[in-house]
Amino acid sequence: MTTSDTGSSAGSSAGGGAPGAVAAPGAVAPAAAGGPAVRGTVAETLYFALRNGKLLTGLSVLVLLLLTALIGPLFLPPDPNAYVGLSGRPPSAEHWFGTTHFGQDVFTQFVYGLQATFLVGALGGGIAAVLGMVVGFTAGYRGGVVDEILNALTNVVLVLPTLAVLLVINAYLGVRSVAVQGLFIGLTSWPWAARAIRAQTLSLRSRDFTDLARLSGVPTWKIIAREIAPNMSSYLFMTFILLFGGAILIGASLDFIGLGPTHGISLGLMLNNAAQWSALHLGMWWWFIPPGAGITAIVGSLYVMNVGLDEVFNPKLRET
Amino acid sequence: MLRLDRVTKRYGVGAFGGTTFTAVRDVSFAVAPGEVVSLIGESGSGKSTIGKMILKLIPVSEGSITLDGTDIGAFARRRRKEYYRHVQGVFQDPFSCYNPVFKADRVLRMIKEEYFPRVGRAEWDERVAAALESVRLDPGAVLGRYPHQLSGGQLQRLLVARALLLDIRYLVADEITSMLDASTRIDVLNLLADLRARGLGVLFITHDLALGNYISAKTVVLRRGEVVEMGETGKVFANPLHPYARRLLASVPQLHARWDGDEDAGAAGCALHDGGHAAEGERLAEVEPGHFVACAGAEGGCAAATDGGRAKAVSHRR
Amino acid sequence: MTLRVNDLKVYYKTLRGEVKALDGVTFEIGDAEILGLAGESGCGKSTLGKALIRMDGRMRLRGGTVELDGERLPIDDDAKMNRYRYHEVSLIPQYSMSAMNPTRRIGRMIRELLESRGVRYADVAEELVRRLRLVELDPDVLNRYPIELSGGMKQRTVMVISTLLNPSLLIADEITSALDVSTQKAVAKALAGFREHGFVKSMIFVTHDISLTYQIADTIMVMYAGKLAEKASAAAIVNKPRHPYTQLLISSLPEVGVRYADKRLSGIPGSPPSLLDPPAGCRFRDRCPLAFAKCAEEPPVTEVAPGHYVACWKG
Repeated sequence: MTTSDTGSSAGSSAGGGAPGAVAAPGAVAPAAAGGPAVRGTVAETLYFALRNGKLLTGLSVLVLLLLTALIGPLFLPPDPNAYVGLSGRPPSAEHWFGTTHFGQDVFTQFVYGLQATFLVGALGGGIAAVLGMVVGFTAGYRGGVVDEILNALTNVVLVLPTLAVLLVINAYLGVRSVAVQGLFIGLTSWPWAARAIRAQTLSLRSRDFTDLARLSGVPTWKIIAREIAPNMSSYLFMTFILLFGGAILIGASLDFIGLGPTHGISLGLMLNNAAQWSALHLGMWWWFIPPGAGITAIVGSLYVMNVGLDEVFNPKLRET
Repeated sequence: MLRLDRVTKRYGVGAFGGTTFTAVRDVSFAVAPGEVVSLIGESGSGKSTIGKMILKLIPVSEGSITLDGTDIGAFARRRRKEYYRHVQGVFQDPFSCYNPVFKADRVLRMIKEEYFPRVGRAEWDERVAAALESVRLDPGAVLGRYPHQLSGGQLQRLLVARALLLDIRYLVADEITSMLDASTRIDVLNLLADLRARGLGVLFITHDLALGNYISAKTVVLRRGEVVEMGETGKVFANPLHPYARRLLASVPQLHARWDGDEDAGAAGCALHDGGHAAEGERLAEVEPGHFVACAGAEGGCAAATDGGRAKAVSHRR
Repeated sequence: MTLRVNDLKVYYKTLRGEVKALDGVTFEIGDAEILGLAGESGCGKSTLGKALIRMDGRMRLRGGTVELDGERLPIDDDAKMNRYRYHEVSLIPQYSMSAMNPTRRIGRMIRELLESRGVRYADVAEELVRRLRLVELDPDVLNRYPIELSGGMKQRTVMVISTLLNPSLLIADEITSALDVSTQKAVAKALAGFREHGFVKSMIFVTHDISLTYQIADTIMVMYAGKLAEKASAAAIVNKPRHPYTQLLISSLPEVGVRYADKRLSGIPGSPPSLLDPPAGCRFRDRCPLAFAKCAEEPPVTEVAPGHYVACWKG
């Protein structure tokens, strides 16, 4: 089929790399459909977004935890590592999540830990996303020698045993902060994002509207920023979410093996402490279950959200 | 004059780019101002590759493309941008030419941003209105709308209007009507033909012989990257001599005649070798003024051709 | 075999309402007849083709009936239609290039397809080879992967597969659109050949290319905006069309030999109406040069000559 099918597909795939979405033939009325256009597409996306169970569930859990992390500290004592109670007490009215072996309030630690975890995720994920985009767009758009070089770089960083490198680096750093941890995670987890973005860019680059932009004398960086990236916006969004989740997991792993921040607290650090002080053996479940569940909840909800978003952005996956 | 001289395009394919694939081989022709030249070929003939090379979207492997005598191959960023003031293109799928997240008239705005940044708003609007009128589009109907709200024909015309804003001299129209309905197709073609009066030279790339015949003064028939027949449209269509061109013409479904049993009986040997019209080293023979034919190849019954349909005899190549 | 379609209405369900893609179409196809279904985008021909075999998720039957050999076809019931599909009614899809599983050898794919339909491969193997030869395909294609075949070869393979069980009705949906001119001819001729050999009884050949339809169809039905505009023998449609739309359409087709310098053709200005909320009366009214007051009332389909149906007050 010719004009009307492909026309509708171009309209409804805005904001997503979803080619070939077929809308109802005849629904496109030339110059008579009136106002709703991208507004219609955004509205359409929102419509599906609000009806997607996975997206809503994931988002709710995430927002709940985020709010806890942001607002909680306002109501809690400033130092999560303070010794406030009797050691090893199970959850009670006074200490909602009980106390640690040292008499620290687990709930306070949990809330501050959430904060640190989110920070690591945002920093690590953000830096990785930026790096991934820069490398991916450049390699995908320029091709040729530039592509080869960047590919080589990507491959090298990809095969680096990230954890081992981070271990070594972290071990050498005397003082470690959450920000530095986030930075290093960001610097090592961008390759797969770069690869994915490069692949998408390669395909978008060969589309006619990119050619048209070149024919209009538009410089390369503008083409990437204005033509290619907006067409991948959903993809970039989802990539960021995955990087965010990934950064949290790596951060938690580092914390767990004792290379976490030297000050403050994080969920992984809580798990580390719990393990070191035999919480499992001693039956102090309230010490390690909340942080574990916290990490699982954050990352899990992110991934579930991502699956939901994929359905929202890709018309073919929707169930109408 | 936009001239192609022995243009060749090779790609390295396979793992590590080992094998070479020649998409276009030794193609030469020219487009004069105010002239429509149709480049006819089926899929895989290399016609789109030629269009893209003229538009400097892909580089030439061998040979040269010259605009009024200047080789465009050397043009880097700034001169390429200048080149685009004079040569523009319109492509096959109108919907994929427009970025779906933006409004359709953004293509016009891109031109303003890059080429006319200092032109005032009012004057620009006037120019846009004039360009739209040249392509018979109502500004109220197309400005401010998104691509999916417009029809394929309108989008194609808007692309031509965009090209006109630049005051171009040559337009490469690559299969611009393939995705349009039959009733709109002819209007877009008429538009191209009318633009000739402004001195515009058009390279009309198509697989549809009837359309090519309708508007072009010269025709170039391409097969697997090589020119098999070219010349004045009337002469080429009235008397095709290359077996491929004859087969192509015979396969076109006509409106008032049905396909007969087995067409193309009596293909007459090879115009290049048998006719003896070819000058030393030429690929094409001028069988009559303004009508050139290539070797019919082994499959076309040419006795002198060797090696799978292409004459490799030394006397034919420089 | 006879196919009787009576006032068929199939709409598409969308967020903005129902698109009346097929809005009351009535026609008949006789035994051994090739019907060319022609029209431009949005006219409803693809919807009709699809509705007769498998309605997709968004299509809704809103009225009318389809009868095949006197038996009512349950087109709105996906499960019930299953026993008709491939056995009685078969489809050759448009992009057959993509219709074949790229990771399976063709022979194996056919075997799996037949088995899913309850037919043993061994029973039809010989016939399959015979038919492949008939469309000038080397039976060795059965051992190849789809990627090794050219577009025309793939199309012909799919044609053979679709007609293997000798369906009464074959629907060919734009099967030549993506092909080159010379392959187009081979494929169209092969299709016509199927009828000669008795592999299918009747065919609906959906296309936007009227010249091509004229080559192989007995009857041509021109649709516009979801309704029937004109239906007559191929020769009548091309030489003596009565509906203004058909007339304008035919006269806008350049033939080899017609040149702009000699005779300037013109298209049909404007575009088809939106089918979300179609106008009352004749749908071609806005673009019709012959429109007059009565066109505000929808013209019924009338038989102006034996076998020649037109939906126009002036027809």
